[in-house]
Amino acid sequence: MIFNTLDSFLLLSGVEVGKHYYWELAGITFHGQVFIVSLFVIFLLLVLSLLGTSNIKTVPEGLQNLMEYVTEFTAGIAKDQMGESGYKPWVSFVGTLFLFILGCNWAGALIPWKLIELPEGELAAPTNDINTTVALALITSFAYFYAGINKKGLGYFKRYLEPTPVLLPINILEDFTKPLSLSFRLFGNILADELTVSVLVMLVPLFIPLPIMVLGVFASSIQALIFSTLAAAYIGEALEGH
Amino acid sequence: MDSIISAASVIAAGLSVGLAAIGPGIGQGNAAGQAVEGIARQPEAENKIRGTLLLSLAFMEALTIYGLVVALSLLFANPFTS
Repeated sequence: MIFNTLDSFLLLSGVEVGKHYYWELAGITFHGQVFIVSLFVIFLLLVLSLLGTSNIKTVPEGLQNLMEYVTEFTAGIAKDQMGESGYKPWVSFVGTLFLFILGCNWAGALIPWKLIELPEGELAAPTNDINTTVALALITSFAYFYAGINKKGLGYFKRYLEPTPVLLPINILEDFTKPLSLSFRLFGNILADELTVSVLVMLVPLFIPLPIMVLGVFASSIQALIFSTLAAAYIGEALEGH
Repeated sequence: MDSIISAASVIAAGLSVGLAAIGPGIGQGNAAGQAVEGIARQPEAENKIRGTLLLSLAFMEALTIYGLVVALSLLFANPFTS
């Protein structure tokens, strides 16, 4: 996507939207800043889960306590949406979505990336790039198609004719609006949060932006919860028999 | 950039957020009011009500965010300027 910028706006606010640190690999252009931060988040999650499960005791203590809580919480998201039977295989998918999005959002909000200078663009939450959120939403789409077809075979497509065949176009349209709304919701929320903070910082550099930042941290955790809840709900909808 | 196009884009960006905020604003107000009523009736259900309220508020907020995405694409990724 080529971003043409209104120069005066950018100069005024010091906000960098649509400027990327491009990597060229095998003729394909990547947004480097997104990769750096998301690899950092993946690394962090891996280290935490390895440390939390390396020395398992019957009576949990320390990090194992935290990891057990996290596992129960993410399993709860899946269970609430898919019901008691058949939620188990999807716990890892929903949990990964939740933890990765939460990690991305909080990595953008809590870590002072501005201290690291990039040649172009800036390090921020990976989810403020629409490519990341569209990728996550498309994975979710494929996941619920897979879930439905895996469970019911081609009979899965019968649900397009329910409750009446008249609704066929609407039902097909729904498959396109689901990833669209999932990706736009996450992208818009995170980008809006970062823009609000940077505009406020431009106006008043000290103290005043703090409550908005706290609100941003809270809102981004809610967004992670919503994304994974919706993903679980879509998969549950595909799994349930009519 | 054509000045008419940029002026129209800026006005449209303002309108798209402003108009998109009306409906969800009303909806969120209703939802929060009902939640308060529910808590007043059943204080022991407060935690459950709070969780559901936050989730549904975020769903309503998403509608404003769609307007915001349109506004941002008009300001930073305007398709009508070349």
